[in-house]
Amino acid sequence: MNETTITSGRMNLGVDPVLHAWGWEIPLYLFLGGLTAGILFFSAIFYLRGRENVFKAGIKIAPMWVPPLLAIGLGALMLDLSHKLYFWKLYTTIRWESPMSWGAWTLGVIFPLSTAWAATWMKDVFPRWDWKFLIIEKTVDLLIQYRRWMAWSLIFLSAILGMYTGILLSAFNARPFWNTSILGPLFLVSGLSTGAAFVMLFSKNELERKRYSQVDMVLIGIEIFLIIHMFMGFLASTSVGIQAADMFLGGPYTAVFWTFVVWLGLAFPLLIEIMELKGINVPAKLPAILVLIGGLILRFIVVDAGQSSRWLYKFME
Amino acid sequence: MRYAMAIDTKRCVGCSDCVVACQTENNVPIGYCRDWIVEETIGAYPDLALEIRSERCNHCEDAPCVRCCPTGASHIAEGGIVMVEHDDCIGCKACIASCPYDARFVHPEGYVDKCTFCLHRVKDGKQPACVSVCPTTAMIFGDIDDKNSDISKALKTRKHKTLIPEAGTKPHVFYLL
Repeated sequence: MNETTITSGRMNLGVDPVLHAWGWEIPLYLFLGGLTAGILFFSAIFYLRGRENVFKAGIKIAPMWVPPLLAIGLGALMLDLSHKLYFWKLYTTIRWESPMSWGAWTLGVIFPLSTAWAATWMKDVFPRWDWKFLIIEKTVDLLIQYRRWMAWSLIFLSAILGMYTGILLSAFNARPFWNTSILGPLFLVSGLSTGAAFVMLFSKNELERKRYSQVDMVLIGIEIFLIIHMFMGFLASTSVGIQAADMFLGGPYTAVFWTFVVWLGLAFPLLIEIMELKGINVPAKLPAILVLIGGLILRFIVVDAGQSSRWLYKFME
Repeated sequence: MRYAMAIDTKRCVGCSDCVVACQTENNVPIGYCRDWIVEETIGAYPDLALEIRSERCNHCEDAPCVRCCPTGASHIAEGGIVMVEHDDCIGCKACIASCPYDARFVHPEGYVDKCTFCLHRVKDGKQPACVSVCPTTAMIFGDIDDKNSDISKALKTRKHKTLIPEAGTKPHVFYLL
C-alpha cells in the first residue's frame, strides 16, 4: 500500500486538485489556427496549380474568412492571458526553444500576409468592389503581381501554423497525454481536414466539391491512422503514458472521444463522403459540418485530458 | 556556484513551519502556497514506513518552464535559481503546464509565481525563510559546487533521492533517506 497526502494543505487556484491552466480559449484558438492553416494551405496549393477559375470558393472566397477567424482566435488567446497588459513582450524577443514564441511570430507574419492574400481576390469575388483610397488600390494591384510568392510563403507558413498548434502541447513532458510527437502531425492533418470541410460547406461548384471531398477523405484516413498510432505509442511506453491512454480506453474521456471525435467527427463523415462519391444521394453539407465540429471537440478534449494527466499528486484528483 | 536544498526525511516531522514562514516572508497571497508538506505512508499494518517531505520548486537544471517561456520571464538567475521576472510575464501559463512538480501558480496580480529559494535573503548571506525556521534542522541549503558546504557533505555521506528524476529535469531539491 502507498498512501500519500498533502498535510499542509495545497489548493492553488488553477493547479489543484487538477491542473486547469487553460480553459475554452486555448482549444478554440487551436481549432481556429488549424482551420485557417487548412484554408490558406489549399488556397495557395490550388492557386499554384492554376485552378483559380474552377475552385473559386477554395482559392478566393474561403481566404476572406481567414483574417476574421484568426482575429477571433487571437482574441481568445488574449482573453486567456492573466497578465494581459504585458502581451507585447511576446514581440520583444524570439525564443527558439519556446513553441509559443515562434507561434506568436508565425501569427505575426501570417495575419498580415493572409489579409493581403484575401485582399488580392476582393475584385474577383466582388466585381464592383471599391477600395475607396487610391493608395490601397495601388498596393493591392502591386500585391496581385506577387501572388505566386505569396502562395509559396502561405504554404510554408500555414504548415508551420497547423503543426505548431500540436507541438505547443506535445512539448510539455510534464503532461504525459500531450507528450507525444504524434500531436504535431495529428493537429496539422486535422487542421487541413477542417480547412477542406470549410470550403465544402459553401462551394457551389461540383468539381471543386468533389476534389475537396477526395482530399478530405485522404486526410480523415491519415487522422484515424495517427490516432491509432498515438494510442499504440502510449500503451507501449512507461506507466504515465499507459495511464494517459487509459483515460481514453475505459477512463473518463472514453465515451466523448470515441463517439464525438472518432465516430461522428471522422468515421461517419468519411462514410458519407464515400457514399456521395459512389453516387448515393446524401445531404451534401453534413460531412463538412461533422468534420468541423469533430475538429473543435478534438481540441477541447486534448487540451482538457492533457491537463488531467500528470506525474505527481494523482491522489488529489 | 550552484544552489540546492536537501531535506532530511529522517528529521522532518511535517510541522508546516516552512510553509508558514514562506507565506509570511514572501507575502504569498491567502489561499496559495509556494511550498507544502507531503506525507507518504508505505506498507501494510503493522509494517509501515512514513516519509515526510517538504516540497517546492525543484530549481531544475534543465528547467522546462524556462525553455517554454515565450518572453524569457522565466529564467535561470544566479546560482541556478529559477526565477520569474514579473514585468516580462504575460501570464500565458505555459510554464505552469510544463512543470511536472506543479510548483507554479498564477498570482492574483496576474504574473506567475513560485518558490525563489528566497534569493533576496540568500543575496544578503541569509538562509531561505523555510530553512531558517525549521525546528528540527531538517533542511539544508547551500552551494553544491563548494565541497565544504554543509549540503555537499550531507549529499556525500547520506543516501538521497530527487522527485521523479525520470521526468528528466535534473531537479536540485534532494531528499536525504
